[in-house]
Amino acid sequence: MVKDREYLNKVASHTIEYSKKLGATDVNVQVIHSISETVNLRNKNLDESNRSDSFAIGITTYIDKKKSTISSSNLSNDNIKTLIERCIEITKNTPEDEFNSLPEIELMAKDSKDLNLYDENHVPNNKKIEILNEVEEAAYLQKNITNTETDFTENKSNFVLGNSNGFMKGYETSNFNISCVAVAKKDNQMERDYDFTSKRHISDLANPSDIGKNAALNAVKKLDPKKIKSEKIGIIFDKKISKGILAVLSSAISAASIARGTSFLKDKIEKEIFSKTINIFDDPKIEKGLGSRNFDSEGVETQKLKLVENGILKSYLIDTYYGKKLNLKSNGRSGGSTNLFFENGLTPYNDLLKSNGKNLYITETIGHGSNLVTGDYSVGANGFMVENGEIVYPVSEITIAGNFNDIFKNITLADDLEFKYSTNAPTLLIEGMVVAGR
Amino acid sequence: MSKFFQNSDLDSKKAESIVSNTLNNCDDGELYLENSKSETILLDDNKIKNSSYSSDLGYGFRAITGEVVAYSHSNDISKDSLEKSSQNLKDTLKSKKGFYNHEIPKSNNKYYEDLDPIESKSQDSKIKILNEVNNYIRSKGDLVSQVSASFLGEHKEIEIIRSNSEILRDTRPLVRFNVSVVLERNGKKETGVYGVGGRQSYDEYLNNENWKNVCDEAYRIAQVNLNSKSAPAGEMKVVLGPGWPAILIHEAIGHGLEGDFNRKKTSAFHNLMGERVASDGVTIVDDGTINLRRGSLTIDDEGTPTEKTVLIENGILKNFMQDRLNARLMNTKSTGSGRRESYKHVVLPRMRNTMMLGGKYSQEEMIKSVDRGIFAVSFGGGQVDITSGKFVFNCTEAYEIVNGKIGSPIKGATLIGDGPSILKEVSMVGNDMKLDPGIGTCGKAGQGVPVGVAQPSILINKMTVGGTQL
Repeated sequence: MVKDREYLNKVASHTIEYSKKLGATDVNVQVIHSISETVNLRNKNLDESNRSDSFAIGITTYIDKKKSTISSSNLSNDNIKTLIERCIEITKNTPEDEFNSLPEIELMAKDSKDLNLYDENHVPNNKKIEILNEVEEAAYLQKNITNTETDFTENKSNFVLGNSNGFMKGYETSNFNISCVAVAKKDNQMERDYDFTSKRHISDLANPSDIGKNAALNAVKKLDPKKIKSEKIGIIFDKKISKGILAVLSSAISAASIARGTSFLKDKIEKEIFSKTINIFDDPKIEKGLGSRNFDSEGVETQKLKLVENGILKSYLIDTYYGKKLNLKSNGRSGGSTNLFFENGLTPYNDLLKSNGKNLYITETIGHGSNLVTGDYSVGANGFMVENGEIVYPVSEITIAGNFNDIFKNITLADDLEFKYSTNAPTLLIEGMVVAGR
Repeated sequence: MSKFFQNSDLDSKKAESIVSNTLNNCDDGELYLENSKSETILLDDNKIKNSSYSSDLGYGFRAITGEVVAYSHSNDISKDSLEKSSQNLKDTLKSKKGFYNHEIPKSNNKYYEDLDPIESKSQDSKIKILNEVNNYIRSKGDLVSQVSASFLGEHKEIEIIRSNSEILRDTRPLVRFNVSVVLERNGKKETGVYGVGGRQSYDEYLNNENWKNVCDEAYRIAQVNLNSKSAPAGEMKVVLGPGWPAILIHEAIGHGLEGDFNRKKTSAFHNLMGERVASDGVTIVDDGTINLRRGSLTIDDEGTPTEKTVLIENGILKNFMQDRLNARLMNTKSTGSGRRESYKHVVLPRMRNTMMLGGKYSQEEMIKSVDRGIFAVSFGGGQVDITSGKFVFNCTEAYEIVNGKIGSPIKGATLIGDGPSILKEVSMVGNDMKLDPGIGTCGKAGQGVPVGVAQPSILINKMTVGGTQL
């Protein structure tokens, strides 16, 4: 069982008191306890069991405009005292920064809505193994599958966040995750793919045999790929990767990158950055949402934001420090976006595939080729050639490249948005990118 | 006397007895104890943005029988917690019976000193240098729009208790000093990043004003990129510079030669042992024994002394990198490659310092031989799909080559290739072998560990360059 709120509150309160006693003018503290149990199977046999029981405490002390942070996994009273003493010492030796401060009291979260993020049910390991067997059985029903690896992870955590302005709140969260990786082999060539389901509540998990089946089918479909010649061609992003566009947006509009002047979207507020049909939301209050939270990592109340309206950038993701620097109020996004998503598109999936007569459908990208300073993008990719709406053959060992300023303006969304991750996007078509191949 | 039990109701003897009792009917396993601390001091945007310190203490208890690994970790080093973990391991392995392998090689070699880089330099003097870095770079002119510089220091003590009270210990220092510069000219912005590090005190990397060289290099890369034009798209010849570009080797073949993927037959290399996988003249080793290097280890995280493992000799595949589990199941011995990020993570076979050894050509000869291609000098990072063998890495400094001459700088682009065949396309190996500056971190299964790479300049006949210029 994870530790109860009372225990965590006590640790947090003691930390705040002792820090103030040693000279801190302000204090912020977070205490987390989590227990996680994972079982892995490989080729229908038990491969690994892993139990993790971990504490973490993070303390930030302020002495007027000086600030420093300390963290540890050791919650013994002696250790916490030593940590605080060290933190105060480091704070004294750190230069002042006029923007350092706790959030304004009126911005702090007040009445927290229960977002239904915790499921107390427990899945014992033998039950996990049974479910994973079902996943692997389904994967092996497909031809050419030579290897399967599956895991089932159950995670329970409890945390509190407190500060010296009297804020002290927390809640329990849970997460259940089943995933399967399948390897397909034909002649001497192998391909690998995966599927998974991840939910706050056990009862919401996808059907285990569907996970196995999808992972296997995805891998089999990739066999015998071709390398195509270099050309400019319509690129379709499968839902597995289309959310990556939003991840780029989220980093590029964080108050930190705007204030530092290192974002390709600097000075784009109230300007058109996407085509007029695009709307983007960040909603922290979705029940059972994987990215849901009542307050951010500083305790600031979170609300639903319309980040992009009719293609126009309406808001940054703002924390207290960089907000002060930009002369803006925190909107509760210290720690980044919450449940970030495109408003669903209007084009039916099949129509999207048929557009242009010929498109490259990308299911996976590899590498870290996003430059957020310039907006330049270049990554390795694989997927399928699509002609007249039909998949004709798998494609691999190619790259796709462009610049996000152009990519954003040339996106058409399909109408198949679903909530599988914390950041979600429908299948989408991008015009004007360059494929490098043969 | 172990310091891990100082504030615990356990002592070494009680812990050893729980370990032996748990592992006696298993093939392998150990209690791994770790006490680590780390610091980050970051200057950014003209200010000290972050001064943080972290300490972590905990254990990971592992039991293995056959192919099954049972693992339990906690920060609570107490009798109650360890007994709970023991029960958890026994439950997982209850239907299996193993024979504990007590054999573990010993060595007196040490590749770094027992020093604490965090305590050996005062916070004031670290902040002073960061401010000097900021002033030095900003004095280079008004193109400078942003400067970040940071110190990252770590000190890690580990203790491994095996069945029958066999105890192995190591203390590992690690530092890194990084500088990042953003230049802006006529609305165009470009970044240059450079860093140095290894298993010594900070001062070894800063003295004789060496920090200025790091700043100059970061500034130079950003300046080159300000003048860059779009990169070409398509297959062409590629000359790689010496040192850090060896992340090509790390991605293209290193991961594919790790024991676990080959035992499970999911690596594109699993059936190529003894076969030609590279051109004649290409020799690649993975070496954990180079003094003071970022990827070096006196013992690995299972207690095995590290070694210099020959992976490819004159183009022929000779060895995989092994931890104890995969070595046992593949009837070979551990190469001292069993590593974990921390006590919270299971051991996996991993790279240490992966190097291609030198050849006979000069870089000049290579460039002269290329009609149309690119010359890549510096890289961001890379990634590989070990099953299909396809890998990528991202250039951060590259030039076009036209008619045997280095031309304009080109924008950062991703290069993609096929691991099992790329080294057969290496047609010249340079005589300018160089180690990387000591900044690499390798990720696998969610675990990051410090690694090194090294290589001479090489000419690759054919690789796909992911630019936008058709």
